[in-house]
Amino acid sequence: MEYAIELKGITKSFGPVAANKNINLALAKGEILALLGENGSGKTTLMNMLSGIYMPDSGSIFIDGKKVEINSPEDSGKLGIGMVHQHFKLVERFTALENIQIGMRDDGRFVHGKDVRKKIEDTAAKFGFDIDLDKVVANMAVSEKQTLEILKVLCYGAKIIILDEPTAVLTVQEIDKLFAVLRKMRDEGHSIIIITHKLNEVMAISDRVTILRHGEYIDTVVTKETNEKTLTELMVGRKITLNIDRPLIEKTHPLLEIRDLTIKNDEGAVAIDHINFYIRGGELLGVAGIAGSGQKELCEAIAGLRKIESGQMIHEGESIVGMSPKKILEHGISMSFIPEDRLGMGLAPSLSITDNMILKNYNEATGPFVDRKSAREEAQKVIDKLEVVTPSTETPVRRLSGGNVQKVLLGREIKSGPNVLITAYPVRGLDINSSYTIYNILNEEKKKGTGILFVGEDLDVMLALCDKIMVICHGRLQGVVNSDHTTKEEIGLMMTGTLNIVNKEGKTDGIAKDSAITDEEGKA
Amino acid sequence: MLDILTLFLFNIIVYNIPLLYGTTGEIMIEKSGSLNLGVEGTMAIGAVVGYLAGARTGSLLAACLVAFIASGVVGLLFAFLTVTLQANQNVTGLTITTFGVAFYYFIGNAVANSAAGWPSLIDTKLGSKTQAIEIPLLSKIPFIGKILFSHMILVYVGIIIAVLMWFYFKKTVPGLKLRAIGENPAAADSLGVNVALYKYVHIIIGSGIMGIGGLYMGLNLGGTYEGSNCWINGYGWISIALVIFANWSPAKAILGTVVFGFFNTLTVKYADLAYAFPSALGWLNKIPSHFFSALPFIITLIVLIASSLSKKKKSGEPQAIGRNYYREDR
Repeated sequence: MEYAIELKGITKSFGPVAANKNINLALAKGEILALLGENGSGKTTLMNMLSGIYMPDSGSIFIDGKKVEINSPEDSGKLGIGMVHQHFKLVERFTALENIQIGMRDDGRFVHGKDVRKKIEDTAAKFGFDIDLDKVVANMAVSEKQTLEILKVLCYGAKIIILDEPTAVLTVQEIDKLFAVLRKMRDEGHSIIIITHKLNEVMAISDRVTILRHGEYIDTVVTKETNEKTLTELMVGRKITLNIDRPLIEKTHPLLEIRDLTIKNDEGAVAIDHINFYIRGGELLGVAGIAGSGQKELCEAIAGLRKIESGQMIHEGESIVGMSPKKILEHGISMSFIPEDRLGMGLAPSLSITDNMILKNYNEATGPFVDRKSAREEAQKVIDKLEVVTPSTETPVRRLSGGNVQKVLLGREIKSGPNVLITAYPVRGLDINSSYTIYNILNEEKKKGTGILFVGEDLDVMLALCDKIMVICHGRLQGVVNSDHTTKEEIGLMMTGTLNIVNKEGKTDGIAKDSAITDEEGKA
Repeated sequence: MLDILTLFLFNIIVYNIPLLYGTTGEIMIEKSGSLNLGVEGTMAIGAVVGYLAGARTGSLLAACLVAFIASGVVGLLFAFLTVTLQANQNVTGLTITTFGVAFYYFIGNAVANSAAGWPSLIDTKLGSKTQAIEIPLLSKIPFIGKILFSHMILVYVGIIIAVLMWFYFKKTVPGLKLRAIGENPAAADSLGVNVALYKYVHIIIGSGIMGIGGLYMGLNLGGTYEGSNCWINGYGWISIALVIFANWSPAKAILGTVVFGFFNTLTVKYADLAYAFPSALGWLNKIPSHFFSALPFIITLIVLIASSLSKKKKSGEPQAIGRNYYREDR
């Protein structure tokens, strides 16, 4: 087979985190290759090395059989590679024409030239794009922006086209249209890589599939010779037995009930779509879903940091919708969210552990001065209890290792004695031992009768730790399963949207039998 | 009476063209997404170095070139700190202002205290080159001719720079690329535009333009050096505000210069106006002179408040202004 791209032994690290480990990938000429993997599996990082945004630490890239070095986006463009990024790289205030012209090489010195317009219109007509070149990007719908991005790389003469999760923002009809365009491009001799984690789309559009998991190359299979089940297994991996405790506690009444909740994300798209669920005291409810399925928005909404579109959030019989974050805290709901960069949310990195304790309960002090003494005692308590490794209580948080930072954050959240604890990715980036400490902390809380919502990444961990797991896909509830009566494969299929078991077998998922919300309230 | 009005309008242009230089220079820098608060200092350095070079050589062209280069070097420093070393733009800009004004006094005092003393402008070759040029025919138009078409060459140059810059942004591909960087550097970068190079070039050119404005101020004040009063006298700061008033358009900067110039000129000429039109403007004399001195700055404040409240949301403001760009940021 003749290859348009060959990647051999590509490795890329960001600080201590290896995003790509020794990855091999080959794209044949005139094929559509799907790059499959969960978020965080290193797909985008790998592709950004082809587009010149990142440079590999080691490994080599071959284009049309020749070894090349891609040091900048310009190099990448000259080699005939065009990438359509997941977050569009468009200038919002410019028209479509102006956006295309930014990257034009050797096409005159003045904008809005007739030749340039003609050339773009010809390309658009060839691939059947319907686009208004004088429309300002800010006024475009998402699908129009994507069309513009694709037209852009075609106008620059790209023969290899990489699309990073192009379908994430499109409707079903728009996806069909996009796939038609992609097939047409393939027939014209272009080679295409499409990044996705939706299995039905992989089956529909690709010729071959390359699977990555946790930054490592797993396998490449021919689409016709595989099926969704095999791909899911390759993507999430086989079940590993973990030795995580799951104490069984007698569950109490529903502490937090979420009914018909809809939330929009920053871009104004629906992030959480009419979700129902509840957490009982002494229950650890897992939230499984591919990253970006609405987990962040859900956590923020419960903590009062994000406005909801519709629905109800009832905590112990009282609605927390519209309450300030501080009020919600006082109500006994605590939230800790570990974002990808781990320091971004919840802690002030340059402040000491003591000062970070004060951040949460500054308002409990009487008088105008900060009560440093008791804060220091509290900091010491957290350090002792959670075995935080730190020189002192006055060490700036950013000097601690990742695991200790997360212990401090979690320690502060449970210190106030919440009865509902929302925690997202608490073991993100931690080694095994620190992870187990965190699991133990959560189990301790559960034993106290706290209801815990655990947004997680690793299915093996969730199956071992959680009592129940709620699976979401693109903000929609796919079902709530009991950890003892499910399999990793089942959850995997639900995460990718292939399987939906909501309201199957005559039960209503996400609504407690002894709900504090009456039917009438639920409808309001 | 008419003479005084003519002179008043004439002075609006004569005294305030430096604002146009400062503003257009800053617009060029801000369009690349960099906010340079060092206008005052950049102008001061261009002024003192350019003037001394001009006095030594007797050539206005040499003075302009040296002013452009001296301020361009300051721009290079700003670019190196903010683009290459990713230093905070606000802090760097303020540092440049402090440094530039101090540099002005340092050089100025050194020269003034030397044996030869401070070079004068009067009856020198350089002085003769700063005389007004009367544009044939146009300057003969009554009233208008005197106000608009009988100025020193740097007045015309300033206006030409503004018009050319407008054309450059609006109509040329490099101008388009520059604006793209100011709006979304990641987008421009992904399309192969050399973001760092564009920033460097435009920051240097913009700073150079400011330097000529500073030189003009010195020449216009007769080239007399006062150890206690910098030639630039806050015009650099007003220029930064004018950028907002002009909505980042070099063409509108001309209008902004005239509007601000009106109040600036009022400071000096209010008594003349009150004398010439006692019935209509006599009340001007009742206002304390300090108020007029403060007026340009009060107007600046009002403009900033008004433009911040404006519904049009500062449509010309580059979206990525003030933020350094680093490709591998995640």
